[in-house]
Amino acid sequence: MKGEREPLAATASSTPHASADAAEAAAPAASGATAGSSVAPSLSVAAINDAATAAPSPSNAAAYAAGTPECLPAAGAVALRAINLTGGYGDRQVLHNVSIDVHAGELLAIVGPNGAGKSTLLKILSGALPPWSGVAELEGRPLAAYDRRAIARRLAMVAQENLVAFRFSVLEIVLMGRAPHLGPFHFETRHDLAIAHAALERFDLLGLARRPIQELSGGERKRVFLARALAQDPHVALLDEPTAFLDLRHVAEIFARLRELRIERGLAVVATLHDLNAAALHADRVLLMKDGATAGYGTPEEVFTAANLRAVYETEVYVGRNPANGSITVLPGAIVRPGKWD
Amino acid sequence: MSEPAIKHSPDAADLALADLADAHLTRARMALTLVVLSIVLILVSIIAVAFGSVHIDLIRAVVDRASPDHAILFGARLPRVLMGAIVGAVLAAVGAALQALVRNPLAEGGILGISGGGAFGAIVALVVFSHLGGADIAIPLCAFAASLLSTLAVYRLAQVDGRLEPFTLLLVGVIFNAFWGAAIMLVNSVVNFFFTHSIIFWLMGSFEAPTYREVAMVAVLGGIGFAVLLYHARDMNLLSLGDDEAAELGVEVDAVRRIIFIATSVMIGAAVSVSGIISFVGLIVPHILRTAIGADHRMLIPASILGGAAFTVAADLIARTAIAPSELPVGAITALCGGPFFIYVLRREGRKSLVL
Repeated sequence: MKGEREPLAATASSTPHASADAAEAAAPAASGATAGSSVAPSLSVAAINDAATAAPSPSNAAAYAAGTPECLPAAGAVALRAINLTGGYGDRQVLHNVSIDVHAGELLAIVGPNGAGKSTLLKILSGALPPWSGVAELEGRPLAAYDRRAIARRLAMVAQENLVAFRFSVLEIVLMGRAPHLGPFHFETRHDLAIAHAALERFDLLGLARRPIQELSGGERKRVFLARALAQDPHVALLDEPTAFLDLRHVAEIFARLRELRIERGLAVVATLHDLNAAALHADRVLLMKDGATAGYGTPEEVFTAANLRAVYETEVYVGRNPANGSITVLPGAIVRPGKWD
Repeated sequence: MSEPAIKHSPDAADLALADLADAHLTRARMALTLVVLSIVLILVSIIAVAFGSVHIDLIRAVVDRASPDHAILFGARLPRVLMGAIVGAVLAAVGAALQALVRNPLAEGGILGISGGGAFGAIVALVVFSHLGGADIAIPLCAFAASLLSTLAVYRLAQVDGRLEPFTLLLVGVIFNAFWGAAIMLVNSVVNFFFTHSIIFWLMGSFEAPTYREVAMVAVLGGIGFAVLLYHARDMNLLSLGDDEAAELGVEVDAVRRIIFIATSVMIGAAVSVSGIISFVGLIVPHILRTAIGADHRMLIPASILGGAAFTVAADLIARTAIAPSELPVGAITALCGGPFFIYVLRREGRKSLVL
């Protein structure tokens, strides 16, 4: 009953040195899931499997796994670590002693009810909000030891809402991702343009490059901001609800692109998600939060138990397996304490 | 850090990048735009120097140093055109910068009450220091201080739960603008009649009879301000994405905002202390330029400097020739153009730009 992401999960959490196997194993495992499934896979599963098998750069993946070139993070290294973080706004404490570690190539999903402190945790991890206590470490050094531009060269953040004040073109927005690499009076070089072009290409935005960002749909806009984050050339990406308000196909596309980047570049991804099934399907590990504290932390199999989810969401849930790929599936039921909203 | 993470074959890459050249700011496009705007500015300035309420012979003015033509050209018209150009450049560049800072195309020194604060400071300094002496130095200094305080107050009051609300900011600014106007009228009503002309001058804005010393003062402070704004032009682009987003792209948001607010307040203070309140230049010029050349502040700021200069010199030419030999305050001309333009912008994209 192993899911398709099992090899990556194994690398990240338990055997950091075994990443060569993981990177190579990922693609075959994904295609195996399609071949082996007796039930016709849903659109999203199919799209993900296609993307994983058709991921264009085996050379990059191999290079990452074998030699770890200088520009890529060390395989299996801890990209981001939080130790006993507490924090909040003003005198209102939102976060209580949360600890996580995210390895290169891993996707950590942060899930929990509204107001559980997910976005606050992301803000602290991005350096935008200083923690009250505890330490957030980026590649082994505390965030406070970096200046803002140094953080931006290693860590990219995509907010839930992506508003832009003036009519910048899509390409201009993506090129803004190069800002932390450029001095004040410097123009983007060919190298920067090539990176922006590749980011546009990856998120299928080349046809929209000239369009003002305001004219784009929500899904297109989200892809633009993900491309901008990629243009930063980061080792860590923090994504606040990257799939909120998007349709099934866009959700599947975004997870497929993230998966490619994790395999090719060892990108560590931390994403807050409301969709528990998406978290179970795509994440290597899950942080379940309630009231600013950790309510569960581990693989989706470990965390997404009926008892855990029932306690956190105060809702009856049914936890089963997706017959198409064996991943954990959560179905909601009745509210545990009815009458709360009356 | 720099190997490109994703490589292309060179030919395909060259073609692909060339294809995208019109979708972002390139050096060539920037150079072409700035050259065109410079030519426009030079032509407008030549026309403004050549024409006025009195006809002068330009050749005689240059050749014959004793002629009245010489005196008019170098004593009156040239400093006036220079002052118009510098003040216009300051107003438009400040408008573009403030719009970036508050993420709203309707922001401007006058509308946000910064000019009003500066004019109030200048008038108080005039009244107080004309008895004590040292008014020359006190007027600009008080204008800077008052513009800065006004800016800080508006900015503070527009923050709701630590977030800047564009709509609130605009309303607070408009209220401050009206407040400063009332404060100036209050001063006007309690001081000697002797000051009334100066007070009207500051309220309406005019380039009447500037000295070369005043021109030099505004040029130096304006020049320093331009350098600060150009240095932070890319940061202004990033601030268009939002404060948190800019910070996450490496901008020290609080520091940059503080520097730009101080620079723009000093620039506005300098401009107001010599020419009074000239409204709407900072709104009209960046807006038209943004539509024509795009939103990238690395080009918008220098283009606003040149465009603002040309626009204001032209407005002043109208101000002093329209009802010659008498003249209109240039601030009245820009406000007459700017009021309807403001409404037009508000109606066309106000909703969008206010809620972002």
